[in-house]
Amino acid sequence: MNDNSIGVQAFHQRELDAGRFLLQRCGDCGRHVYYPRECCPHCGGTALEWKTPGGLGTVHAVTTVRRKPADGGDLNVSLVDLDEGVRLMTRIENLAPEAVRIGLRVQARVQVKDGRGLVLFDAIEGAAA
Amino acid sequence: MSAGLKALRGSAAISGVATFGCGETPGFTDMELLAHAARAAVADAGLDMRDIDGLCTASASAAMWALPVVEYLGLDPRYIDGTMLGGSSFIAHLLPAMQAIRCGQCSAVLVCYGSAQRSAAFGRREIVAARRFLDPQPYEHPYEPMLPVSAYALAASRHMHEFGTTREQLADVAVAARAWAALNPEAFMREPLTRGEVLGARMVSDPLTVRDCCLVTDGAGACVLVSAERARDLPKQPVYVLGNATAVWNRQISSMADLTVTAASQSGREAFAMAGLAPKDMDVVQLYDAFTINTLLFLEDLGFCPKGEGGRFVADGAIAPGGRLAVNTNGGGLSCVHPGMYGIFALIEAVRQLRGECGERQVKNAHTALAHGNGGTLSSQATAILGTAEALR
Ligand SMILES: [Zn+2]
Repeated sequence: MNDNSIGVQAFHQRELDAGRFLLQRCGDCGRHVYYPRECCPHCGGTALEWKTPGGLGTVHAVTTVRRKPADGGDLNVSLVDLDEGVRLMTRIENLAPEAVRIGLRVQARVQVKDGRGLVLFDAIEGAAA
Repeated sequence: MSAGLKALRGSAAISGVATFGCGETPGFTDMELLAHAARAAVADAGLDMRDIDGLCTASASAAMWALPVVEYLGLDPRYIDGTMLGGSSFIAHLLPAMQAIRCGQCSAVLVCYGSAQRSAAFGRREIVAARRFLDPQPYEHPYEPMLPVSAYALAASRHMHEFGTTREQLADVAVAARAWAALNPEAFMREPLTRGEVLGARMVSDPLTVRDCCLVTDGAGACVLVSAERARDLPKQPVYVLGNATAVWNRQISSMADLTVTAASQSGREAFAMAGLAPKDMDVVQLYDAFTINTLLFLEDLGFCPKGEGGRFVADGAIAPGGRLAVNTNGGGLSCVHPGMYGIFALIEAVRQLRGECGERQVKNAHTALAHGNGGTLSSQATAILGTAEALR
């Protein structure tokens, strides 16, 4: 997929901008890698392949960034562990910030805004709030 | 632990320390504050600026900071360390400086820092904005965390989830720091602080309120490191560096493998091994308390209590004046001083305690001290074990 004519960061972003969330998996040690890198941080190998993750994950840590309404209001920032075994910073979008809890199961989606893709998550249980 | 590191134990001593402009000093630049502290530390060591042939310094804003410092102070150093690891830098600078002194590369090393962060027109907001370009974190910045506080808040949320740590226990860290600050004329915030006031303060990034966060102050600090032999001929009581180690495991909070275990568990273990001492041997402890969660994590990771017990450890006033363990006796970054990078102030307070210079807040018969620095978002960790001549034996 990646033709090696651009770095993995640009490639990953280009895919996101097209609405596709990709994850790397190391062909040498078998572990998943996120964020995208040119070599595996676990084994040093370079046989990193792009995979489409299942997108299911669990909220690992959570905070509400308190901001004035003029600055955009309160904002959830979470760390989510994907079932593939990688962690990423993100936001849980379909709940009020204070309703986001550690342990919540969440599903990834790509939001494309002004042509720029971003990985966000929605809670898949207790999402009524 | 290599035999070479063990052999460095106590080979160098801090013979001069000084602070300058801690608090609010409008009208001063970073460099002017640094120069005052540097000059005072060199004088405290009984030396002249011309005796300084080694320099360790770092800045949050200037990547080539050692260069203008050399120029401004009129130095001609044979040893220069500008390694920037964030707030732990100045504690991390000790071991390489000891090696340089031991092998004869230089004889007197000035470690110095100054920041007008509180008063400067180019302040924290501008530095944060500039850093987005110079030091990008493209996998965190788009989510708009309020860094660094949100990173520490995420770690706090996980600590609370795993170990039942409460906001009240976090607040007790700030309350203890303020009680020490009340005894320190140099501390920026000295009025009494209660648990309720910490909990009721403006929430910044849950679960941390503004009172869970370090101060933003101006200030400068400096110390002078010489060989142990030379230190014995200088006017002030030498404070020997018995152990020092640095560890970095990650840059971003999202890359931290376990949010409740920091690289202090490595730097602490290695520094204690070099010193041949254990947590129970420490008379005073200075921990980089950028946020209240830091103190809990470092008490655990450095071995003062089991993992997960930090909250319960501090909840009965154990680290406040009169408690079981004297922690952050100057008031820490929470109540004394925090000009961007706090590490050198932890080191200076440890030295002052071991010299018996701390007045009302002096810990009686302090012969050993631990000074721990943290940098980035729980990213870099550096631990120093210091001791008087009694501890050197
Ligand atoms: Zn690998």
